[in-house]
Amino acid sequence: MTLTILYFAWVRERIGQAEETVTLPEHVVTVGDLVAWLATRGGGYAEAMAEPERLRAAVDQTFVGLDAAIGNAREVAIFPPVTGG
Amino acid sequence: MIRILVSVAQIDLAEEMARIEGQDVGAVASFCGLVRADDGVDCLELEHYPGATEAALERIAQEAAERWSLQAATIVHRVGPMRPGERIVLVLAAAPHRRDALDACAYLIDRLKTDAPFWKRETRGQDARWVEARDSDTAAAERWTS
Repeated sequence: MTLTILYFAWVRERIGQAEETVTLPEHVVTVGDLVAWLATRGGGYAEAMAEPERLRAAVDQTFVGLDAAIGNAREVAIFPPVTGG
Repeated sequence: MIRILVSVAQIDLAEEMARIEGQDVGAVASFCGLVRADDGVDCLELEHYPGATEAALERIAQEAAERWSLQAATIVHRVGPMRPGERIVLVLAAAPHRRDALDACAYLIDRLKTDAPFWKRETRGQDARWVEARDSDTAAAERWTS
């Protein structure tokens, strides 16, 4: 399954890109699985995904916890807690 | 009527007020957030999640409209680089009387702080850092759920 992943703020900076399309391995079921899988890429990915408790996510633009299933989503976003206003 | 705007342009208070006043409302409460020059900040940059941001703001405004008898609500949020003293966000809530307008206005900005995908990056000279989320903002948003 192919999935578009979006990164924002320091997650984007550490990874070095704002967006990419990946083919998910079968064992990646939840957003947390995705974070763990991305961390195995090492370098900036490992740095960005080092502390999952500092990450927030959205699946198809709906905000979810890291335990949420990715299902047939087309887009997952990974980012730090928001700081607008 | 709900108006949501996320833009790099400066926020025009008079124009936004005039839009609300043209809708035959009784009371308008407003909140405007400015860039603070905290510890020598000389630039604040706002990043957001296009599409998801507007949807989140729309949802927050709809929730306020279900909770209070709102006649109009406006949320304007600036993105991109800005300087101390410039406006970052404007929230307007209009109702027949002040209590609903004031409470809805507080609700809109409290929820925006925790539920809309914006991220602030401060620059002081050569040093840039991402602003950390604050527990007090989460507490402010949660008081509306009790």
